[in-house]
Amino acid sequence: MTPVATPFFFYFLSAIALLSGLAVITQKNPVHSALALIMTLLSLAGLYLMLYAPFVAGVQIILYAGGIMVLFLFVIMLVSIEKSSREYQFNHQWHVAALATAVLGGLLIYVYVRGRGIFPNREAVLPETLNTQQVSLHLFNDYLLPFEIASLLLLVAIVGAVVMAKKRI
Amino acid sequence: MPGFHRGDYLLALPMMLLTLFALGVLLIDLLLDRSSKVINAWAAFAGLAFSAAAVHNIQRAFADQAARGEPSSPFFAFSGTLMVDRFAVFFFYLFLAAAAITILMSVRYLEVEDEHHGEYYALILFSVVGMMCMAAGNDLILLFIGLELMAVSTYILVGFLRRDRRSNEAALKYLLLGAFSSGIFAYGLSLLYGLAGSTNLQQISMALGNAMAPGKARVVPAVALVTTAAGLFFKIAAVPFHQWAPDAYEGAPTSITGFMSVAGKASAWALLLRIFLFALGPMRPLYVPILVFVAIATMTGGNLAALTQSNVKRLFAYSSIAHVGYIMLGLIAGTAFLPNPDGIRGILVYLLVYTFMNLGVFGVIASLRRRDIIGDELDDLNGLFFKAPTEAVLMLTFLLSLAGIPPLAGFYGKYFIFLALIESGHYALATLAVIYVAVSAYYYLRVANAMFMRTAGDRVPVTISPGMWAGLAITGAATVVIGIYPEPFLRMVNWSMHVAQNPTVAQLLR
Repeated sequence: MTPVATPFFFYFLSAIALLSGLAVITQKNPVHSALALIMTLLSLAGLYLMLYAPFVAGVQIILYAGGIMVLFLFVIMLVSIEKSSREYQFNHQWHVAALATAVLGGLLIYVYVRGRGIFPNREAVLPETLNTQQVSLHLFNDYLLPFEIASLLLLVAIVGAVVMAKKRI
Repeated sequence: MPGFHRGDYLLALPMMLLTLFALGVLLIDLLLDRSSKVINAWAAFAGLAFSAAAVHNIQRAFADQAARGEPSSPFFAFSGTLMVDRFAVFFFYLFLAAAAITILMSVRYLEVEDEHHGEYYALILFSVVGMMCMAAGNDLILLFIGLELMAVSTYILVGFLRRDRRSNEAALKYLLLGAFSSGIFAYGLSLLYGLAGSTNLQQISMALGNAMAPGKARVVPAVALVTTAAGLFFKIAAVPFHQWAPDAYEGAPTSITGFMSVAGKASAWALLLRIFLFALGPMRPLYVPILVFVAIATMTGGNLAALTQSNVKRLFAYSSIAHVGYIMLGLIAGTAFLPNPDGIRGILVYLLVYTFMNLGVFGVIASLRRRDIIGDELDDLNGLFFKAPTEAVLMLTFLLSLAGIPPLAGFYGKYFIFLALIESGHYALATLAVIYVAVSAYYYLRVANAMFMRTAGDRVPVTISPGMWAGLAITGAATVVIGIYPEPFLRMVNWSMHVAQNPTVAQLLR
């Protein structure tokens, strides 16, 4: 099997993720920001695929690019777009934010430079076709009971939302 | 590839039955008109009874084991995530009893509050399912999800009086602080998983045994211990993690305050004992000093804050915090220098008697809720003896029992814990605890003083529904009978202790 994880794809997907990430914070129209965020999330899913983790990639698309983005759009629907598009994009705390970003970036570069010794070079243990199967085997064999109890937890949360929000029950 | 067998489902049957009945209550609630909502309570009650029968079935399996002359060993189910031992069976019964008494006490109260819905009973059953997972979990994931199921159900129940500002505020505060503490707890659990590479409690215990070997860096185990313990202390409302308790107790429907203070607390203790004795067993030298500090802080904070309260529900919230301090002394005695099962036995006895006496107290307070009277200020108790003499005498019994006066049940709870403390050589702690018990008598007798020595401020009669009478009769009888004739109950506790004979715990509990 020829590896798909060629450097070209890595840099390509990373560049898309970075550029659309920048677009998320620079766009004035929140809907445009949300669309740019979807691009970031999708390119991250592509990076996960290159790391032989198709399950994580699938979850990334279903949960983040699907579920959470819908939530974002719901919220955007509730706020006034005209007002936010006129607002200035930098508030007075941007010095602090820049400092924090610089520190975090410095840390990342440090880890990148020194990291080759710290982290051993790992090959993917499982062939990528078995990844999802392994997750499901764990979920429905070893962790069947917690899985079922988690479904009860969700039911209780729904009942609670109805009890709290509905005028007459 | 493991398959699941009959035994797996039999061990989970108590939870499955409760779930089934909770779903049933949610469904039949839609068919009932406003006047017949009491059927929900009966359905929930039936669910608890069936579940108790299923627990009894498990208990019989232990009896069979003993009859065959085999050493008692826990039953595992669902690939080892569920471990039902006698310890868990004891807690199962305790949760079911507390939920049943709570339901008896709730019906009239909810009618007066005009919030009588089936969801209330369903949520109580769901929270009992969560508690059972906490008591019988042998896997961090099951323990955590059980804890969350219990907690989320309780958040909703606390805010169940939807039109009451105090109830809303209490639910929101409890939700935010509870989510925060769950986050810290989950962080601790993730570190434990990182150390052990497994979520199984026995494997974690073994891995920690290696990590605690002399000469190794103990930073990560120590951080894992501190975060896990902080999350657990939050759940049992130990000082300095207790701030949510008075607000949540005050705002919640009174019947739920009672339920939280006994069943919620007992389940959190079951979880704490599982984690501290089973998983963190090898870290005893590290956690005993933390326990000593928290126990002293909890007794001090709870007792001193209770002295000045004018709201009865807040007063009993602080009183229950103080009781957590006493129970923690049992854990110190049980784990400190030598393996000493007496301390753990003291905890179980304490939780047993505390369930009945504290539920009784909140039952009495709940019955004071009338059309226009909220009935949770200390002044609302004034002259109760002249309005409802039997109830006032019952309340006095509960109060004296909480204060630990000898012929009543509460005495035995404190007796075994203090005995274990003295046996294990903690004279200073025992002395301090006895002083605080004397302090606590002051605020309990302040309540008695209001009931017997003052004249009533209002003329509204106190009517007590049959369900409330049944609940008060059960709690009152248990408080008196355990005090006078404790043998069968102590035998029950000894029976349940016998098997925490898991290899890692055997050395702690013999």
